[in-house]
Amino acid sequence: MDYFIQQLINGLTLGGVYALIALGYTMVYGIIQLINFAHGEFFAAGGYMGVIFISWLAAQGVHPYVCLGIGLVLAMLYCAMLAMAVERLAYRPLRQASRLAVLLSALGMSIFLQNGLMLTQGQYDKAYPTEITAGGFQLGGLYISYMQCLIVALTIFLLVVLNLLVFKTRIGKAMRATAQDKVMSALVGINANHIIALTFAIGAGLAAAAGIMVGLYYGTVSYSMGFVPGIKAFAAAVLGGIGNITGAMIGGLIIGMVEIFAAGYISSQYKDVFAFIILIGVLYFKPTGIMGENVDDTRV
Amino acid sequence: MNQDSRQPILELRNVVSAYGRIRALKGISLKVFDGEIVTIIGANGAGKSTTLMTMCNVVKAVEGDIFYKGERINDVAPDQLPTRGLCQVPEGRRIFPRLTVTENLDMGAFFRRDSAGIKEDLERVYDLFPKLRERRRQLGGTLSGGEQQMLAMGRALMSRPRVLLLDEPSMGLAPLLVKQIFDIIATINGQGVTVVLVEQNANLALQCAQRGYVLETGSVVMEDEASALLHNPDIRKAYLGE
Repeated sequence: MDYFIQQLINGLTLGGVYALIALGYTMVYGIIQLINFAHGEFFAAGGYMGVIFISWLAAQGVHPYVCLGIGLVLAMLYCAMLAMAVERLAYRPLRQASRLAVLLSALGMSIFLQNGLMLTQGQYDKAYPTEITAGGFQLGGLYISYMQCLIVALTIFLLVVLNLLVFKTRIGKAMRATAQDKVMSALVGINANHIIALTFAIGAGLAAAAGIMVGLYYGTVSYSMGFVPGIKAFAAAVLGGIGNITGAMIGGLIIGMVEIFAAGYISSQYKDVFAFIILIGVLYFKPTGIMGENVDDTRV
Repeated sequence: MNQDSRQPILELRNVVSAYGRIRALKGISLKVFDGEIVTIIGANGAGKSTTLMTMCNVVKAVEGDIFYKGERINDVAPDQLPTRGLCQVPEGRRIFPRLTVTENLDMGAFFRRDSAGIKEDLERVYDLFPKLRERRRQLGGTLSGGEQQMLAMGRALMSRPRVLLLDEPSMGLAPLLVKQIFDIIATINGQGVTVVLVEQNANLALQCAQRGYVLETGSVVMEDEASALLHNPDIRKAYLGE
């Protein structure tokens, strides 16, 4: 039983990370019907910027948790700006082009960003200063690390903020309106380009936070770290119903849980396979995903 | 009164617009004066909706000039026009289906910052369309056709328009509702809003408007006082089903 609950906590931690990444895929898809294959690179860039900012701040003798907080915010801002630049350079010029052209541009961007990271940061893994959140506590037969608490709390905080932003604010309404009908949203005075850039920025900011969490959790980051979690988060977005924000959160949690339980009870060597089995299964049996957004593009 | 001596609030001069190589408007000129209701009638595919979309720069004019309040607006982005008081209720209403009624109305006032004024206007719209107040928490996509038309017009009013472009407000509505919608158009016009009305229902449109333009395959073939068009035998034959 303890083992089961332990795995549940691990699954929650990992699921939260996938959920944060999946949101970027789903929000971008919702607004411009693009699978942004470069999205995983924002996650990797976030992991790197996190270690750079946090290590630098720690070297200045700043309190560890303050380092973490400031490093997180700076890395999120950096990735938000990076994503806006990518959108401006690689996607906006292709707004009127076929979907395939934009998709290829996204793949190209992914390769470009990944290699950019390798050239600037080196091809070897970079270690995170994990000692700043070391330790944990015993709860019955369970061991819960402070790191896990931090990751879960931060994930919940970011998801709540995102929900408030999208569903309660004026700009969130404008984002949903733009996703639903771009011509009409222009006719009420919404600048679609601003809204699209903002969507990319928010998605990349969340991915950056996820990158830092993974860096802290596993202790290292590498230039190619964006690929596999990126694809798994994409599977999560599809599972939840691509374009649907709540769906991405649920999908992320499910993929994380399945992966942890499969690793714990079946085989840890095959843990990566399960996300893709789910992806194939969803595409085969229920392509609209759990939350059932329309896959046909009926929005014009 | 000689209208040609006044400056129109909205004017098209020899406007050509095209979808790819197909020219939908073949050099249209028309004038709309402050405070009037002008109707554009014509058969399916005559270019009525394209004319409205070109006025809002959603469809770009490839030739000719569009003037609004004396200023050439060909190069103004479509999302800048509502701020200036030029607002459209497009064909098919285009309600945001997964926003609530209130959220749809809020979007009409997107560019406005005067929250007190917005609140006031929201109440005004709800007074004008009591049905919308009842349904204010419902998603736009779940409304009936008539309610969607009311919502679309309410959303446009939330921007406090000077000129309101209405595309087929009667489409798909029961006769009683059509009459209600046209009464509201007259009310809105009475409050000082200039209206450009595109309609297939030429009879009703000409009764409601002061002047009318007749469009045929992308060109203006006739323009006159609405009452004159209503009694013109050619028009009666072609558009009024006689």
